[in-house]
Amino acid sequence: MKRSFFSGPYALWMVLFTIFPLIFVAFYALTDKNGAFTFANLAQGFENDYMKVLWRSIRLALECTAICLLLGYPCAYILAGKDFSRHKSLFVLILLPMWMNFLLRTYATMTLLEDTGVINSLLEKLGMQPKKLIGTRGAVLFGMVYNYLPFMVLPIHTSVKKMDERVIEAAQDLGANPVRVFFRVKLPLSVPGIISGISMVFMPSVTTFAISRLLGSGMIHMLGDTIENQFMTLNNWQFGSALSLVMMALILLSMGLLNRIDINKSERTNNW
Amino acid sequence: MKRFFKGLKGSYIALVLLFLYSPIAIMIILSFNEGKSRANWQGFSLKWYASLLDNSKLMDALEVTLIVAFAATLASVVLGTLGAIGIHACKKKYSTALINLSYLPMTMPDIVTGVSLMMMMVFINKYLFTLPRGMFTMILAHITFDTPYVLFSVLPKLRQMDPNTYEAALDLGCTPMEAITDVIIPEIKPGIITGALLALTMSLDDFVISYFTGGYVQNLSVVVYSAAKLGVTPDMYAMSTIMFVTVLTLLIVVNKRSTLESIS
Repeated sequence: MKRSFFSGPYALWMVLFTIFPLIFVAFYALTDKNGAFTFANLAQGFENDYMKVLWRSIRLALECTAICLLLGYPCAYILAGKDFSRHKSLFVLILLPMWMNFLLRTYATMTLLEDTGVINSLLEKLGMQPKKLIGTRGAVLFGMVYNYLPFMVLPIHTSVKKMDERVIEAAQDLGANPVRVFFRVKLPLSVPGIISGISMVFMPSVTTFAISRLLGSGMIHMLGDTIENQFMTLNNWQFGSALSLVMMALILLSMGLLNRIDINKSERTNNW
Repeated sequence: MKRFFKGLKGSYIALVLLFLYSPIAIMIILSFNEGKSRANWQGFSLKWYASLLDNSKLMDALEVTLIVAFAATLASVVLGTLGAIGIHACKKKYSTALINLSYLPMTMPDIVTGVSLMMMMVFINKYLFTLPRGMFTMILAHITFDTPYVLFSVLPKLRQMDPNTYEAALDLGCTPMEAITDVIIPEIKPGIITGALLALTMSLDDFVISYFTGGYVQNLSVVVYSAAKLGVTPDMYAMSTIMFVTVLTLLIVVNKRSTLESIS
């Protein structure tokens, strides 16, 4: 028996459980309730209401990614630097929440934001008017940033840590001031980390439905919520499948885009 | 000046940690609160922990979570390790295709994986043979997303191996099967263990795919989700605290193990 035959069961499993199910998605997306071929489901996905949902998902995910990058880059950069090289545990502490179930983390944020939650109870104690926090767009954004921040810090930290110290010293020796060294040398060198950080934050946040459902109290619908709703409540698999195709296209598109940036940038740094 | 900057950096890190940990800390503190209030401390009590034990739904979910995670990990370790050995040995064209196929479930959004598997399972149950959605279908789904992690942990170890070792074992009279169990497997064991740990973590932590493929059977994540939809209750704080402490302990144990390994 040849060794390559051992891949047989694995190959069979992957075809049965990833390719076949996708055929079902494609089939339902392109047929109506009687099984006749139609583009109506996909067309419905491009109606105004759903375009709004799509746009809202993309915007929320982009905002979340931008905030995570702004908060996470300095964090990763500081922790990878000399001043904190002896405090490895601080980095572990930043990453630790990643291993905690994301629903529990969301639950924790709900405790803060609920109408009778910690923040509002404290406001009341101080004699201030309680604020509507949960069920708002801000709450969903807060929850997403809270959940995904560590995923931004990890890859950036790795790429900053991997930088060749000699290149930075060379730039300094050649007379670049610290600001210039940062923007012309360190930042370009950390682009691969930034790119993987962006994809690790953007992908899960654009597809989430649990965070928006729990922190948005069902008021802030994202693409994931709409898909979940079609399958679990409205039982409209055809339209749900069509929206799933839209989501997959969105993911593939953004992955392609991020890969391109990565290639362009690394070519540029090579030339430099 | 330098000290000023160091202090500034330190306080920034402290702020980020405060952001990440204050919700968790508040939840842990409130799990010991006698009353339901989120603002007043009404005395120390373990009553929310005691009420967990009476919560049969949670206990069932805990059982489901553990059974599914261990069953799926076991199956995916066998499937993934054999798959990696096979892929490593086969022609480039075929192995590239299989590796690309393995990336697919890792890059696909969880919700799409979940609904696609659900549709296939319902179809099979309706037209082919009885396959009610439950623990078994949940295990099938978990094997599907776990196995690539095992595969990608084992493959690098195989590539590091001297290809002649296997041939030598054959020349010295091993059957191919013996060569795999006695020569290859011991060599790639660290990769298998890493893969198993990854698969186990993924399974224990999964929500989205279990939600769609489990039917009425719920694992802990799904129970937390359904409970959270109805609002926050203190007994869930108690459960979160237990889960947080468990994960923390596991991580410390795994870390200790790996540092011990790297020393020895």
